[in-house]
Amino acid sequence: MIEVKKVLVVDDDPDFLSQTEMMFSSRGYEVVTAPGRGEAEAIFDSYTPDIAVIDLMMENDDDGFVLAYRLKKRFPACIVIMVTNVTGETGIEFPGEDDSSGWINADAILSKPVRFEQIEEELKKIESR
Amino acid sequence: MAEEKVLSLLIVDDEDGMRLGVKRSLRHFSMETEDTGETVKFSVTEAGSGEEAIALMKESSPDIVLLDNKMDGMSGIDVLRWINENELDLMAIMITAYASIETAITATKQGAYDFLPKPFTPAELKVSVRQAAAHLVTLRQARELEREKRRVRFQFISVLAHELKAPLGAIEGYLYLLRDGIGMDDPAVHDRVVKRSLVRLSGMRKLIYDLLDLTRLESGQKKRELNDLDVLECIRNSLETMKPEADRRGILITLESSTDEIVMVADSGELEIIFNNLISNAVKYNRDNGSVTIKVVDEPDQIRIAVTDTGIGMSEKEVEKLFGEFVRIKNSKTRNILGSGLGLSIMRKIASLYNGGVTVESTPDVGSTFTVTLQKTQ
Repeated sequence: MIEVKKVLVVDDDPDFLSQTEMMFSSRGYEVVTAPGRGEAEAIFDSYTPDIAVIDLMMENDDDGFVLAYRLKKRFPACIVIMVTNVTGETGIEFPGEDDSSGWINADAILSKPVRFEQIEEELKKIESR
Repeated sequence: MAEEKVLSLLIVDDEDGMRLGVKRSLRHFSMETEDTGETVKFSVTEAGSGEEAIALMKESSPDIVLLDNKMDGMSGIDVLRWINENELDLMAIMITAYASIETAITATKQGAYDFLPKPFTPAELKVSVRQAAAHLVTLRQARELEREKRRVRFQFISVLAHELKAPLGAIEGYLYLLRDGIGMDDPAVHDRVVKRSLVRLSGMRKLIYDLLDLTRLESGQKKRELNDLDVLECIRNSLETMKPEADRRGILITLESSTDEIVMVADSGELEIIFNNLISNAVKYNRDNGSVTIKVVDEPDQIRIAVTDTGIGMSEKEVEKLFGEFVRIKNSKTRNILGSGLGLSIMRKIASLYNGGVTVESTPDVGSTFTVTLQKTQ
């Protein structure tokens, strides 16, 4: 039997949420979406994601960080990809993709707008590590 | 409390008596800057030759230099030239007994700020120093202001660029889905993709229009056409524009006024922007089947327009954040509401043209009241 990978997408942007869901579904993944950190954490007991794509700044500016931390703690094997438009929201340049300080619990950080192919590429890179 | 500032002054003269005299005259001298009311005092250091002065200035640049021209070795002009070449940020006052026209011209070319012919009285010295200090303070403030303006402008543009990228990204994403036929077997999905693209496009258009309004207002380029206008009439026009959206969501809008007509001198375009923003926000952030109450009060000097909604409201913290440019309150309730984040900035700019303002009162989950005041005579 082929194992179907489970994806969790968390973002308060409804367009990003539905597009990412459609793209993952079309590639044969199982997808669940959540519009915020609270909603995402509420399904931790019933859903074990292999991959999580999460936004950084949602209701609170650091929701993505908190969620990434909790995801990794609960599901150590879960690949976490963070997508962010932090520059757009704050004018601050973000450390970005090559952040090596390790204080962000994400396997990759991508700046928005992000194309699905970028997410796929990151996944491939992380999985081959 | 006004701040105190100490400016450093260097006296360069080969006469011991002159240096001592200047030091004594300025020891207890203080002045106040015109606009900020800061107290300025002076700390005086001395140099007996041009060479010594340069050695001192290499250590740290003074704010004001009193410079004798006729000295053994390097002349005052030579020192002035050195100051120029090293781009020191200071005011130079030439003090010289034999001020020839030629010296004066050369010194001025080299950027001397003032001349104080010897012999001078302590009072004359203080007048000259006072002027130089005031000039220096103003100059530095202007420079600081310019830097700050540049920084704000840069930040504005960089945030704006990202605000435009967001809807572009969303629309692009939908176009890729359409191109690759992903999920398009379901006609409902297809419709939603097209509908969302159009919604995001119209949001982008609104942002661009808002931005144009804002830049026109800020540059003062837009010609104001001031006429006698009935404020109530303008509000009714804005109401008509918003009515379809309000009806769709079952929101009832009522207009209350103490009189039938309130006339003031205003630009109709400006009033339209204010009322459209006020009313569309009250509808946008309302709950379905809620209400919007517009209360217009004609006061002796001003007109007060208060728009109350029964919507999601804001916390105190959110209200504080609200007045920045591109600020949009993010929470689960505003998730699906689009906006440019410029509406309130625009309203405030316009209200300020009428010596008025915008205030907000809000309670979460109960509603908000935005009040705009416009002075009748400006």
